[in-house]
Amino acid sequence: MSDLEQFRQQTRAWLEENCPQSMRVPVKGFEDFYSGGRKPEITHPDQKLWCDRMAARGWTVPHWPKAYGGGGLNNEEVKILSQEMARIGARRALDSFGISMLGPALLHFGSEEQKLEHLPKIVRGEIRWCQGYSEPNAGSDLASLATKAEDKGDHYVINGQKIWTSYADKCDWIFCLVRTDNSGSKHEGISFVLFDMDQPGVTVRPIKLISGSSPFCETFFDNAIADKRNLVGEAGNGWTIAKYLLTHEREMISGFGAAAKKSMGQMAVEAIGTDTSGRLANSVLRQTIAQYQLDTLVFGATMARVGDEAKAGQGLGAASSIFKYYGTELNKRRNELNLAVCGEQALGWEGEEYHSGALSRDWLRSKGNSIEGGTSEVQLNIIAKRVLGLPDA
Amino acid sequence: MALVLNEEQVMLKESAAGFLAQKASVAQLRALRDSGDERGFSAAVWQDMAEMGWAGIAIPEEFGGLGYGYTGLGLVLEQAGRNLSATPLQSTVLVAATVIAELGSEQQKQALLPAIAAGGKIVSLALQEGAHHAPLQCALSAEPQGDGYVLNGEKVLVLDASAADTFIVIARTAGAPGDEQGLSAFLVDANSAGLTVQRRSMVDSRNAGALTLANVRVPASDVLGEPGAAWGGLIRALDIANIGLAAELLGVSLEAFERTVGYLKERKQFGRVIGSFQGLQHRAAELFAELELARSIVLQALHAIDAGEQDLSLLASAAKAKLCEVAQRATNEAIQMHGGIGMTDEHEIGFFIKRARVVQHLFGDYNYHLDRFAQRNGF
Repeated sequence: MSDLEQFRQQTRAWLEENCPQSMRVPVKGFEDFYSGGRKPEITHPDQKLWCDRMAARGWTVPHWPKAYGGGGLNNEEVKILSQEMARIGARRALDSFGISMLGPALLHFGSEEQKLEHLPKIVRGEIRWCQGYSEPNAGSDLASLATKAEDKGDHYVINGQKIWTSYADKCDWIFCLVRTDNSGSKHEGISFVLFDMDQPGVTVRPIKLISGSSPFCETFFDNAIADKRNLVGEAGNGWTIAKYLLTHEREMISGFGAAAKKSMGQMAVEAIGTDTSGRLANSVLRQTIAQYQLDTLVFGATMARVGDEAKAGQGLGAASSIFKYYGTELNKRRNELNLAVCGEQALGWEGEEYHSGALSRDWLRSKGNSIEGGTSEVQLNIIAKRVLGLPDA
Repeated sequence: MALVLNEEQVMLKESAAGFLAQKASVAQLRALRDSGDERGFSAAVWQDMAEMGWAGIAIPEEFGGLGYGYTGLGLVLEQAGRNLSATPLQSTVLVAATVIAELGSEQQKQALLPAIAAGGKIVSLALQEGAHHAPLQCALSAEPQGDGYVLNGEKVLVLDASAADTFIVIARTAGAPGDEQGLSAFLVDANSAGLTVQRRSMVDSRNAGALTLANVRVPASDVLGEPGAAWGGLIRALDIANIGLAAELLGVSLEAFERTVGYLKERKQFGRVIGSFQGLQHRAAELFAELELARSIVLQALHAIDAGEQDLSLLASAAKAKLCEVAQRATNEAIQMHGGIGMTDEHEIGFFIKRARVVQHLFGDYNYHLDRFAQRNGF
């Protein structure tokens, strides 16, 4: 038996024994994802158990090095683990910005001390992280951010305001872009710092969205303190890290809504019926759905191709911009089609008969996908300038 | 199979790009058009291509080919699309050789495929009868008589018709239009008595023609495969053909797009290059994203052929529909963004929109394949 085959057998046996039955049922929505932290949100008591068991092997983040608490698995092994988890329908044990965003940045830019301090806590789900990027006057033009960090020797004193801070009310620490220097161009003088949100100088206020939920917050800093040990990279070099991280964020947002159980065409056939040739009875809607499903297939092929190219050491510089732009527009199309296919059923806001308004709320939420993490228009600017080499106006 | 090219394929792509840009470029297509060349392509260039193995690129080695598979052929077709190369690569290699490989007996394959691979034989599929691709509606009749058949009817849009040595004529030996049963494929020699080949002048300046068959006698030994049972092999060959045409459309679209972006960086109005206007930048960026998507589906579909996937219909229709959409947008934007100069015959960009529409139409356009894609998805 090859090493990989042996790994598969062992993984299979371990999962059989350790994955609770309750964690082998599909998640019902975002609220079922487990993100850990000091004040975890729990929809089932086994979530923590499952996370702890996986974390003990480093398998909540299987590809990170063992030295930082990860699983130390190679690409083949990671693939096998996810195949074996899929085989029994096991949920991911932990989903967090720490894993998807801060971790990659620390691995790339962090000091050894910072990696040893923060990464294992991410793996174990002990600390939940949020991202402090946008400000009221720094949205698409992120580099004009003004939150000020004053150098006080061994620490910074931070004053200012962030907005659209995802889940800030549920998070423990923040990775934050602050201005440490005003003298140069707007891209210079930005620094990337980490600090605990549980201190008197930090106030968080959730923002209610058109979808009725409040995934984002306003976050205010009034003499908040960040220890200088938690400055990542050099002071004034935060923009480089921010750009690197935005790449990860864009890849993540572009994947939203990718996994629908039933195809849109199937849903439409159930809702509307077919003609004698087996075609959807509404030919106008049929074409729109076919175009959407075609683009979904082709987008999936593109994700696979770019993944394969990356593994083969090739790569497409602007891929993340294409993905963000295309993936979010596609997700908006899907949500509009949900409304068209489900009609009245998709317009409910509350009540069992409307599944608490899941369709309408998802639809409204999807409008933000092409705004957050850089608008579609900003993505198109990036492609035009950086990829196609078209000049500035 | 990973969605990347291996070293051999990258070399093939580069050598095809170099050769075709030099020997079978847009300028050569224009020259063939302006001289009223009867064949519609250069026999000498085709012989060179055959010597490099490209005429037998997807033909198995046992039948004299290179056995590189369809991914290899797709790469050459993409480069042919970029250069609008006028060659029998589509008619003979992509379509006819595939139909023969799918339907032919061992003996028929031995008789035809090595000759095609050597560049010594031009073969073309005669399928379409009306204004649209509708293979099941085929009505050309084949009546049994003596030890063979007598064929009567008409075909249009037969590629390289006036250069072909042999046609594969799809005809009905039984059943009615709309039936899968009863369709047969006949090998018909171009010099057969009763066969009239008429060269037609098409918008892409390539060499398509119409056939009239009036009591053309074909021996039973020239039926490809079993009489009345051509549908299964034909439809698979058409799926492969459409994936190959999608690869050609990818080349046409990429080249039209790159030339257009180049023009945006040169042309000045209002005192600055027009590529600095955001109105044009966003359209170009959207098109770039679509082209990246197009690349992926073409490669995935080509790989599916080479992986021997049983049912190619969904991927083939997906690839053709997507590439029809992208090619239409890319060539329309190419004309619009070139402005007045794009409307002139002197400029080469117009050749791309013309070729694109013919390839889009061949063996089913966007509407045909999007409809089929939806059906394959159960709605």
